[in-house]
Amino acid sequence: MSTTLLDVRALRKYYPVTGGVFRRRIADVRAVDGVDLKLDRGECVGLVGESGCGKTTLGKAILRLHDATDGRIYFGQAPAQVERAEALLASADPAERAQGRAMARSMDLNRMRGRALLALRRKIQVVFQDPTNSLDPRMLVKHIVAEPLTAQRLVSARDIEDRVLELLAIVGLTPDHLMRYPHEFSGGQRQRIAIARALATSPEFILMDEPTSALDVSVQAQILNLLKKLQQEFHLTYLFVTHHLLVVKYISNRIAVMYLGKIVELGPTAQIFERPLHPYTRALLSAIPVPDPESRREKIILTGDVPNPIHPPSGCRFHPRCPHAREICRAAEPPLLAVDPGGRTVACHRWREI
Amino acid sequence: MEPHAEPTAPAAGAGTLAQTRDLFTNFYTFEGVVRALNGVSIVVNRGETYGLVGESGCGKSVTVRSLMRLVQQPGRIDSGKIVLFLNAANRSRGIEIVERTETYMQSIRGSDISMIFQEPGAALNPVMSVREQVGESYRFHRMEQMIGETIERLEKDRQGMAGADPRRALRRMQAAFLRAEREGYRRCAARITAIDDELYGLEERGDAEARDRTHALDRARDRTHPRGGSSAVARRVPVLRRYRRPLDATIHGHVVELLRSLGIPNPENVAQRYPHELSGGMQQRIVIAMALACHPTLLVADEPTSNLDVTIQAQIVELIKDLKRTAISSVLFITHDLGLVAEVCDRVTVMYAGDVSETATVKDLFRKPLHPYTQGLLASVPKVQQVEELSMIPGAVPNLIRPPQGCRFHPRCPMRMDICEREKPATVEHEAGHWVACHRYPGSARSAS
Amino acid sequence: MVTKTDPRHVRTVHPRLRELLFTVRRFLKNPLSVIGLALVVIFGVIALIAPVLEPPRYPDPYRIPHTGFRIQPSPPSPEHPLGTMQQQYDMLYGLVWGARSAFRIGVVVVAANLLIGILLGLLAGYFGGALDEVIMRVTDIFFAIPFLVMAMALVVAIGRGLKAVIAVLIILGWPSYTRVLRSDILVTRSRDFIMAARASGASHLRIMFTHVLPNAMYSVLILASLNIGSTILTAAALSFLGLGSETGTADWGQIVSLCRNWIVGTPTDRFAYWYVVFIPGFVIALFVLGWNLMGDAVRDVFDPRMRRR
Repeated sequence: MSTTLLDVRALRKYYPVTGGVFRRRIADVRAVDGVDLKLDRGECVGLVGESGCGKTTLGKAILRLHDATDGRIYFGQAPAQVERAEALLASADPAERAQGRAMARSMDLNRMRGRALLALRRKIQVVFQDPTNSLDPRMLVKHIVAEPLTAQRLVSARDIEDRVLELLAIVGLTPDHLMRYPHEFSGGQRQRIAIARALATSPEFILMDEPTSALDVSVQAQILNLLKKLQQEFHLTYLFVTHHLLVVKYISNRIAVMYLGKIVELGPTAQIFERPLHPYTRALLSAIPVPDPESRREKIILTGDVPNPIHPPSGCRFHPRCPHAREICRAAEPPLLAVDPGGRTVACHRWREI
Repeated sequence: MEPHAEPTAPAAGAGTLAQTRDLFTNFYTFEGVVRALNGVSIVVNRGETYGLVGESGCGKSVTVRSLMRLVQQPGRIDSGKIVLFLNAANRSRGIEIVERTETYMQSIRGSDISMIFQEPGAALNPVMSVREQVGESYRFHRMEQMIGETIERLEKDRQGMAGADPRRALRRMQAAFLRAEREGYRRCAARITAIDDELYGLEERGDAEARDRTHALDRARDRTHPRGGSSAVARRVPVLRRYRRPLDATIHGHVVELLRSLGIPNPENVAQRYPHELSGGMQQRIVIAMALACHPTLLVADEPTSNLDVTIQAQIVELIKDLKRTAISSVLFITHDLGLVAEVCDRVTVMYAGDVSETATVKDLFRKPLHPYTQGLLASVPKVQQVEELSMIPGAVPNLIRPPQGCRFHPRCPMRMDICEREKPATVEHEAGHWVACHRYPGSARSAS
Repeated sequence: MVTKTDPRHVRTVHPRLRELLFTVRRFLKNPLSVIGLALVVIFGVIALIAPVLEPPRYPDPYRIPHTGFRIQPSPPSPEHPLGTMQQQYDMLYGLVWGARSAFRIGVVVVAANLLIGILLGLLAGYFGGALDEVIMRVTDIFFAIPFLVMAMALVVAIGRGLKAVIAVLIILGWPSYTRVLRSDILVTRSRDFIMAARASGASHLRIMFTHVLPNAMYSVLILASLNIGSTILTAAALSFLGLGSETGTADWGQIVSLCRNWIVGTPTDRFAYWYVVFIPGFVIALFVLGWNLMGDAVRDVFDPRMRRR
């Protein structure tokens, strides 16, 4: 059992923009534009960014809720095999590439179908942002929580109630909540129901898509502590997508910062907060309102708005808003480079100087 | 109405701008009566940024909407007083606005008090261009000034033209119609000022005769409209209506200036656009422009940045801080984000489920929170230097149709006592300028102990 | 928000029953809906006990008995409480048995329309893409051709009679249902719980019938309840034009058709035969009113904004 659970390579998700008389594709909304990400078992990786950066799309693509345009997603595959497939795909020889494609067909989440995909759906689950929307208002709690089991016919009808009661207890709800409708609960309780549903099939990986953004502050702490406890108890792996930096700092081991479809910085949480390297990360961190009136921070106010993902700027995507931009930033796109052997990477031409 | 100090609420002093006292607002819904405000008393002073903090259902939005009399069916302000001290010249003269007519409120909304909302996209009319919408503020409240400026400009143009130029005649006609219209506005304003003066005087008497006279005056005020004589006819005739074009141009000029002063790049271009063509941050700036057009004394901001990205939020917060220095005198800032409170506000009130829990300066609140709810809230917000586990407040916000008896926070309070279930605590000034409503502090029990 | 219901109560009353009772109570609170319900029930009862009220004289109960062959209608009299139509057909008999026909037409047509409309709307809305395009273009075709022209052409092809009218209304009625359902499905499809179901591994069939349809049904049901009344009216119009059942059948439209020569009365007395025009028209109006009021009430009860859930 290797430590790498999820290995995303060169993932792209483009949405075509149609126009003209015959509805031809004239441009693409580049929601996710080449992302590499590795998740180890049992860790929580935070994915932060603002609206339009592609973090939600990336999460949904990993779940195969959107079909990715390009790229590979390896879930629970042996690293040696993954490396071999990737090497073959990258080779110049077309025969080798074909071989690589054949290998990927059985390992790549993007290409899987039918039984294999269903098997993976048991191991990968999701908790959405708005618990009002993510629970079917016409279904009882019991059926909602049991859905992953009944949809795949994993558990017999008699055992379903027992399993659901077990799950409700894990998330802190009581048996008399079983035969109720979602609208009878508060926001925090609904999110607990959603979490119980996500745990139904004993998954290994859960995508958290802004799970606390729609909740009150006092309830947020309850849910965050619950998620932390569950992670330790069941050895789960989280991809925690959010725009709230202090929340992600509390719960994640590593943080990936996204801007306009690409990851611009990645590294352990503490290091990113202590020493942000990318100018965007710096601006993001300085913009967080801190609940301490005594603190005097230098705020980096970015000019302009988040640009349009249909026509991303040339070169480094952040250069129009970057206070440190130079010619090279306009000309060439910076690759994601390793800064130190500890897994810290940044995509900026000038990170050493600033 | 004289502002006077009360033992159970923060005092209204010379610098008071708006004050509510024991405000009870209820919503009569299908499922029952939602008791949204349970005796809310706040005091907003001139020149300060006042924060209202709380979670969902605490009543912060309802409080400011009651303040602006924007509470709609099925909601109703059932009891309590709301006093506005808008007359800067004579600071002791406040007008009690719960009983005022809608027309009176319309005349102060937008010109004395303005509000900006959480969702800028929803606050802007999608079928009106930016310049039309921002121009509305000028049209409603500053018409006389706009007409005056237009007339001046037309006169200047006329002077600069040759004698036989037909455009001279055109401008003369336009100026004539505008003058007639302005006369109408002037007379109307004079009448309203006279009515207002009498109303201020009547406020101080409280007797039945004064009340009747007040109602009569209110009705008379409602009926007072600017009548422009010849312009009234011209306004309705299609071709002659063009006399207003120079007026539109004047207003447009003001709009562009306003946008420029808010730091919006390319204001002429932006003014022509429609809201859906702009980004969220830009839309919020337009909403702020609309609110500021008439230089209000008080700006109410109802969670203006909750829907915006963090970097855009920083821009808007900077903008509001700048404006506070230059354009507006006071800001009433509603939010659920304690970080924003720390950054933006001078004084703050914490609300819970329709009760005011605590009022203090921002420094005092963060350094030494007195109310258990405030303490719990501060402890449950993740901080930059968070080492230990986040502490939680167990339970959830109560249903306001059947709120808890006594102190509404008692079911969730870790320091609950017997009296908390029976009696609602009174607000006491535990330290200078630091008010709290909790039985743990002496003086909060209303009954003699 | 603390849960509303007491745990003990929950165990005794099943939640779906609770929902139903809540809906029924809301329905009955509105006086107009009670009136509508009363009207429909009255007509229903009349239709049900038709054999008792007016015993049939011929083997086919839908043939109205006529006493004599005089052309002019006769006014209400002790033998004919509501008068007679042209050729002395008894009005009361016609109206009572016509209630049966009306229910038959209304219910059968709307049920069939619902079935077809839901099926196609579900396919179009859920799967989108080419299937959606094809189905939408077909509905466009149906909308483009004027209704009466199509109706007449179809009747010529199928033949006259009540069954033909029903068939025509079914064939021409389903496009609205498809459109309405499709638009609701487009909204429901993008909600998070559908994605959650997909992430749980639910098959498309399961998602369509367990998640999408129950949440998107409201508008179509409202349309159906409002449509029963208008379906009757349209059937009456077709009969009036002579495309419906044959002369002497107990069908309200047919009755009005029989009486159309007498609408203007005589040159001396314009209202000479008022009973022959007013009475059947009034009955049809009441029936349609009842269904419309009920349809409005159904809409009020089901409207998500007004449910306050």
